[in-house]
Amino acid sequence: MLRRSALFMPGNNPAMLLSAPILGSDCIIFDLEDSVSLNQKDSARLLVKHAIETLDFGSVEVVVRINPVSSQGWKQDLREIVPVYPDAIMIPKACKEDVEEIERFILEIEEEKQLTKKVKLMIIVETAYGIETIVETLRCSRRIECVLLGAEDLTTDLGIKRTKEGYEIDYARAKVAMAARAFSVQAMDTPFTDVEDTEGLVKDTLHAKSLGFSAKACIHPNQIDAIHAVFDPTQSEIDSAIEILEERDRALSSGLGVFSIHGKMIDLPVIQRAQNIVDLARKTGKLK
Amino acid sequence: MKNALGRDVPGHPYLGLQPIERIEYKQIKSLKEDRKDKVHYDLESFIKTLPLEDKMTLSFHHHLRNGDFVMNQVMAEVAKSGVKNLTICASSIFPTHAPLVSLIEQKTITKIIASYISGPVADAISEGKLEDVCLLQTHGYRATSIMSDETSIDIAFIAAPACSPEGNITGSMGPSGCGVLGYAIADAWYAKRVVAVTDFLVDVLVPEIPACCVDDVVKVDRIGDPDGIVSGTTKITRDPVGLRIAKSTAELMKATGLLKNGFTFQTGAGGISLAVAKEIHALCLNENIKGKFASGGITSYLVKMLEDGVFEELYDVQCFELDAVESIKRNPNHHKMSAAKYADIHDPDNIVNQLDFVILGATEIDLDFNVNVTTGSDGRIMGGSGGHADTAYGAKFAIIVSKLVSSRISVVVDQVTTITTPGGTVDVLVTDRGIAIHPRHQALIDHLKATTNLPIVEIQTLYQRALALTGIPEKTQNLGRIVALSQYRDGTILDVIRQIDTAE
Repeated sequence: MLRRSALFMPGNNPAMLLSAPILGSDCIIFDLEDSVSLNQKDSARLLVKHAIETLDFGSVEVVVRINPVSSQGWKQDLREIVPVYPDAIMIPKACKEDVEEIERFILEIEEEKQLTKKVKLMIIVETAYGIETIVETLRCSRRIECVLLGAEDLTTDLGIKRTKEGYEIDYARAKVAMAARAFSVQAMDTPFTDVEDTEGLVKDTLHAKSLGFSAKACIHPNQIDAIHAVFDPTQSEIDSAIEILEERDRALSSGLGVFSIHGKMIDLPVIQRAQNIVDLARKTGKLK
Repeated sequence: MKNALGRDVPGHPYLGLQPIERIEYKQIKSLKEDRKDKVHYDLESFIKTLPLEDKMTLSFHHHLRNGDFVMNQVMAEVAKSGVKNLTICASSIFPTHAPLVSLIEQKTITKIIASYISGPVADAISEGKLEDVCLLQTHGYRATSIMSDETSIDIAFIAAPACSPEGNITGSMGPSGCGVLGYAIADAWYAKRVVAVTDFLVDVLVPEIPACCVDDVVKVDRIGDPDGIVSGTTKITRDPVGLRIAKSTAELMKATGLLKNGFTFQTGAGGISLAVAKEIHALCLNENIKGKFASGGITSYLVKMLEDGVFEELYDVQCFELDAVESIKRNPNHHKMSAAKYADIHDPDNIVNQLDFVILGATEIDLDFNVNVTTGSDGRIMGGSGGHADTAYGAKFAIIVSKLVSSRISVVVDQVTTITTPGGTVDVLVTDRGIAIHPRHQALIDHLKATTNLPIVEIQTLYQRALALTGIPEKTQNLGRIVALSQYRDGTILDVIRQIDTAE
C-alpha cells in the first residue's frame, strides 16, 4: 500500500468525512481523540463507523485514531470501529503496556464477531517514555505497521518549545526512524502545523525524509501535494533507476555477477534502491 | 414541436449543430449630430418628453451589475407615464432590480429579454407574474438579435460612467467606473433612440460609444453603487475539494496537448474557475508557455496573468473587479470588446470561436452532457446562459468544473431540468470524483487513459457514484404554463421553463 501522506480528520464533521476519499491523501486518519470534544465522542464514533461502512474509499487507507487507554472511551471506540473493518487502528500515546492491552481487546472483538480480517495497528509515540521504550513497543505486536512521531505532545511532555526548525525533536526523529527500520515498520513524521507555510512544510518534510521517514502526517488537505512531491521520486531518479535495472538484466543474461555504469560499480544495495524507486514510481503513477 | 434534444418547444426548435447561414445586418440607423445641447438635468422631466407608447421595447445593460441604479430610476419614471405592455431588453437583471416586480404586476412590463436573471425578478417570472414569455438569450445572441432587428429597441437607456455633453461615453472613468461597456454596444448602434444616463459629465476623448450614437444625455446624481459594481466575491476557492478539481483540470488541459504557446483561454469568476486559472498560471510560468489571449469577463487574476506575461492580450467584455477597471485604462494589451465581437454567431472572427479552452460551471449536467445554468433542479429561474452556450460552442475544449455532489444534490442528472448549453458542444466534466469526457472524443479518452493517471470514467459512472451518496432524488415536474424560453445562440429554442408551483 502506498502511504506517503496521512490526513487527520475530525470524526465529528459529516461534510469532511464525505470528502475523505477524494482529497488525494494516501491515508485518512479519522480522529476520535484530540480533535473531538468530550460531548461529541459518541456522535463521532457513530459517524466514523457509518462512514467506513457506507463510503467507497477506493485505494485510500482508512485509519481510526481511538482514545487513549488512560481515557474512558477507548473500549467503546474499538467495539464500534473494529467490526466495520478499518485498515488500521491508531493508538495514541503508545507504549508497550497500552498496545498489549489494546491488542488483547481487539482480539476479543475479532473472535466474538468472527471477523475475517485482522485489523492492523499504527502507533503514535508522543511521550518521553514512549520514545525511550519504542523498541519494546514495536516488539510487542506484529500488527504494528507504522509508527508516527507526535511532536506536539512530546514537546509538551518535555516542557520545551516546539519550533518550526524542529531542532528540539531531532533526537526523537532519529530514534523513531531507526527503531522503525529495525522492525521493518514504516516511520511517519509529525504534522507541520502552519498550514499556510508550504515552503516550511517542504523543508520540514525533506529533513524528515533525510532521517529515514517515508511518510508524513498532515492536518490540512492543502498540505498533501507538497508532501507527495517530497517523497515521490524525481524524473532523474526514475531514469537512473531504470538504467540500473536494465544494466542488471543485461549483466544477468550475460552471466556477469557485477557490472558498472558510467564507471561506477553497481552493488546489491544500489540495485535494491533502484528497484524501490521504480516500485514507488509505478505506485504513484509517475511510471506507467 | 420536439427539438433535436427531445424537448417540446414552441417557435423555432433547436435542430442540432447546423452550418451557420451568414446574415447581413440592417443598416445602422442615421448618425446623430455632435451637439452639446443633448444634456438634460432632470430625469423625471426628461422622461416626460419622450414619445413613450404601449408595447415599446426599452433596453439596459448590466455593467453596473448589482450596483445599478439606472434601470430602477428610469423605469420608475416611465411607469408614471402610464404606458403598459413594455418589453425590457436588459443584458442581465440582478437582485437590486427588485422594484421591477411591482411594474410586472402592474403590467407596465409584460415581457423581458435577458441573458441572466437572478433575484426577485427571476422569482416573479418563475411564479408566472410576467404576462408574456421571458426570453433567455445567450450574450452573443442578444447582440445578434438586436443587430438583425429581431429585437427592435425603441429606446436604449445606457448607464454611462462617464459621458461628454455631446454623448461620448466610456466605462473607464467616473465614480461608477465599470471598465467596459461591451454589452451596451449593439444597443447604442441599433436602438431607435439612445439615452445616456450619467453621473459624471466630462470630456471623453476615447469613447466606447461615440456621440454619433447618442440622442440625449441625462445627468443624475448617481448611476450606481461602486460596491455592487465590482464584485468582491471573485476569490480563488480555499475549499480543498475545489482545489483538487482545479488541479485535475489543469493536468487534463496539459494532457490534451492544446496548452502550448499561443493557447487561448476563458474562465469565469467562480471559485473553482479562478483556481484553475491559478494552476494554469503556475504551469505556464514553470514551463515557459505563453498564451495568446484570455477573454470574457475579466477578473483581477487574469490581469495578473497578463502582467506576468502568461498572456499577450486580454479581450474584455466586462470587468469583474477594480483591478480590471484600472488595467484597461493603462495596459494597451487589455482590449475592450463588444458582445458582438465576443460571441455574435455571424461574425466568423468572433472571440469565442478562437478559444482553445473555456472553463465553465454547471448547476446540472446530464448523461448527454447537456448543461443547465438557468434554473435550479426545482425549475426556478436563478441565472441564465450569459456566455455559457456561446463559449462552449466556440472553444475547442469546453470544460465543466463542479463538485459531483454539493449540498446533497448531484450535479450529474439523467436529464437536466433546463437545457442552457447543448451537450454536443460540451467536451468534458471534471469533478472531485472523476472526469467524464464526451464519448465523441474516444481517441482522446484512449490517449489519456494510456498516458496519464487522470481518473477518466464514463459520465454514467459519475452519476452512479453521486446516487450512491445522495440516493435517488424524487422527480419534480412543473406542469404550469411556459414562462420563459431558453434561446440558443442561433436563435432556436433549446427548452422551455414552466411556472413553478408555489402552493407548498
